[in-house]
This record gives sequence, C-alpha cells and structure tokens, in this order.
Amino acid sequence: MNIYSAISANIWKSYLIIALFVLFAGTIAYIFGRATGYGPSIGVGIFIFSIVYSFISYFYSDKIVLATSGAQEIQKKDNPELFRIVENLALGDGIPMPRVYIINDPSPNAFATGRDPKHAAVAATTGILDKLNKSELEGVLAHEFSHVKNYDTRLMAITAVLVGFISLITNMFMNTLFWGGFRNDEDRDSRAQLIFFVIAIILAILAPIIATLIQLAVSRKRELLADASGALLTRYPEGLASALEKISSDPKPLRTANNATAHLFIVNPFKGQGFSSWISNLFSTHPPLEERIKILRSM
Amino acid sequence: MTIIVIAIIAVLLLFFFLAYNGLVTARVRISEASSQIDVQLKRRTDLIPNLVETVKGYAKHEKDVFENVTKARASLMSADTTKQKAQANDFLSNTLKSLFAVAENYPDLKASQNFSELQEELSDTENKIAYARQFYNSNVMDYNTKLQKVPTNFIASMFHFQPAEFFAVDEKDKEPVKVQF
Repeated sequence: MNIYSAISANIWKSYLIIALFVLFAGTIAYIFGRATGYGPSIGVGIFIFSIVYSFISYFYSDKIVLATSGAQEIQKKDNPELFRIVENLALGDGIPMPRVYIINDPSPNAFATGRDPKHAAVAATTGILDKLNKSELEGVLAHEFSHVKNYDTRLMAITAVLVGFISLITNMFMNTLFWGGFRNDEDRDSRAQLIFFVIAIILAILAPIIATLIQLAVSRKRELLADASGALLTRYPEGLASALEKISSDPKPLRTANNATAHLFIVNPFKGQGFSSWISNLFSTHPPLEERIKILRSM
Repeated sequence: MTIIVIAIIAVLLLFFFLAYNGLVTARVRISEASSQIDVQLKRRTDLIPNLVETVKGYAKHEKDVFENVTKARASLMSADTTKQKAQANDFLSNTLKSLFAVAENYPDLKASQNFSELQEELSDTENKIAYARQFYNSNVMDYNTKLQKVPTNFIASMFHFQPAEFFAVDEKDKEPVKVQF
C-alpha cells in the first residue's frame, strides 16, 4: 500500500465509521429507551442527537481533544526550537504550517490532531521537550506529521469523540439503573420491557468493548506506518528509535489522557500501572515499543 | 457491435483524461515545491549582506572571503534553472563555511549577539532548504516515474511532457575544495 492509497482508504474509513456509529448509537438508544420504559421517543431523541454529535465531532474533534488534554497554543517566540522543527517538517512534507501546542505535564508524550492538513495541530508535553535532543524530537514530530498527512488524525480524532459518546450513553443508562429512574408502562407488555432490559444490560457491558475494538482497528497499524513514513521524512530512523527508548524508560503516566484519547499519543500514555493498564495492554492501541524500535533500527 | 465499439472508445477516452490530468497534477506539484525552495533561497540571500557587514566590523582584512561570499550570493540570485540554483547554493554554502572558519579567529566577533543570531538564522535556513529540496525531489521522482511507465509514457510523449530536473549538484560539477595555508 503506497501513501496515496493509504490516504484515500483513511478518508473512506472515517465516513464509514461515522455511519456505523450513528447506526450503533441509534440501536443502543432504542433498546435503552424500551428498557427504561420511556419508550421509543427517547430513542429517536438520542438518535438525532448522535447525528448532530457526529457533525460536531467532524468539525470540532481536534479542539475537543486539545482542550481535554490541557494543551496551550504557543507562538514562535515561546519556543523557537520546537517551532523551527515543526516549520521544517511542514516544508519537507509539503503541508501548511500546523498550530503548535504544549501540554504542561512531566510525562514525555506527543500527539497530532485535525481533520485535514489545513486544520492540523501538533502537541508535545513539557516532559518530552525536556528529555529529548533535537534529532529525537524531530523523529517524534515527523511521526506525528505522517499521521496528519495520511489523514490518520481525522480518523483518530473522530473515533476518540465517538467512543467517548458511547461510554457517555451507557453511563447514563447505568445511572438510571442505579438510581431506579424507571417507569412502568402500564399500557405496554411488561414482559417485552423485561427482555429489552436484559438486552440493555448486556449492551451496557458490551458497548464500551465494541467501541474500544473499533478504536483499536484503526490505531495499531497506523503507528507502524507513521513510524516508517516519519523516518522517510527525516532520513534518520535512529532519531525516533532513541526517542522511543527514552520515552519508554520514563515511568510517569500522562495525567490528562483518558481512554478515549489514548490512541492519539505517540506512546501509550498510561504506562504500566495497576489494573486499568493491564486492561489497556490487553486492548493495546500501540504495538509494543520494543518491536517499533527494532523495526526502526533495521531500516 | 456498435455498443462495444463505443464502450471501448469511452474507456480509452477515460483513461486518456485520467492519465493526462495525473501528469498535469504531478507537474503542478513540482512547481509548487520549487517555489518553496525559492522562498528559502531568497531568505538566505537576504541574510548575507547583513552577515558580511557584521563580520567586516570585526575582521576588515579578510577581503577574499567577503568577495567570494558576495560573488556566490550574486550567482545564486541570477541562477535560473534548477540545476544552476543547486550549484550556486552549494557554492554559497562552501564560501560561508570559510567565512565562519575565519570568524573563529575573532573572539569579539564570536561573542557578538548579532553575529550568533545571524548564524542561527542561516543554519535554520539551510535546514529549511534541505527539507524543501527533499520534498521537491520526491515530487520530481513521482513525476519522472510517471513519464516512463507504460501506458502513461505514450501520452507523455504525445504531448511533450519533459522530465523534470532534480535539485542536486552533479558530482563532476562539484569544485574540489581548495585548502590554503
């Protein structure tokens, strides 16, 4: 697969994911509506809401992602070295200069977002800026630029927002369940409501898992492709390899990352701590770092 | 029968349009990439007079070096083809190297803030030229490959699409570096 077919495949995939999401959210909403006894009207409401939400996610996903990560936009005078690297890579990739953000966090990490290269932004944590030298930082940012150029960022940002939405409505259902906000609809068959209730509980458990699987499907292969095309841009794979090594040896997890945005970052932001990281390793958004480093060193 | 003939003609026409437009797009990409290089080359030539004046303030007697740099700058500004630009740029890089080598002998100059700023600006421009050149060359490669591949090559030769020049210096054109003591 060359780079141009990767781009058009990504563009189609983002539309497909939005369509699947609207369908999926509609089904869930209908079932939850029946199960809670509010009837299909709430289902239709949520369905319409999910369509609006998809539009918002298409146009504003980058801003949402940047805001939830606590990223601050910077100008050239704030960090000329970082800014220059970004300018150079934009020249090398032939894309417009993206906006540059800094996340005030000691955990070394970085991500790119935006629905196309004209609306792109790259963000780096203060941790990564302190830890890496110039050619390593260049390697990391070149990797992020490949995400922008291949339209991975569009696909990933949309997925991030939509996965967040699905967790939101399942949480809403679980809360209703917990606080007993149910209505017994006398006019209707209460047996049917019971059946929908059981399906709804199963869905409430499965939906986040399905959403995560969608997220994984779009993420893991992208990372290896971005590593390769990033190395092609800097002509220096060792820069990224040694950057990944430095980042992986740092134990600090990124505070502002969550399950919905994890797959955007250059390395898994949770690192190895506790149960949640065991789960996220099981459903990893990134290929193992050792493997990525090995591939880069063999280029 | 006529339907088959019409279908074949339609497919051929479609192929023709796609191939022709593909070539035009590739050529436009090259000229875009080339103007990116020009922007950076212009920035580089704009920095030089300032640099020369600054160095002159501390090292009046290094006339040869100044002359060479000024000559190289002039030849870069008058360069027309991609190849000439690449050569002139390479020449300018060499003369600047000797200018900075001379500067090493003047501690006051090296300590001057103006000088170190100019030095940084210049090395940034050089990096940018390198990246812009890389983008340009990869576009040239895509286009030239198209020109040679069957069946696009028929359309290319029919409409006289010429292969594009890489932004590079031929080995044989490189001047040997003269070392003087």
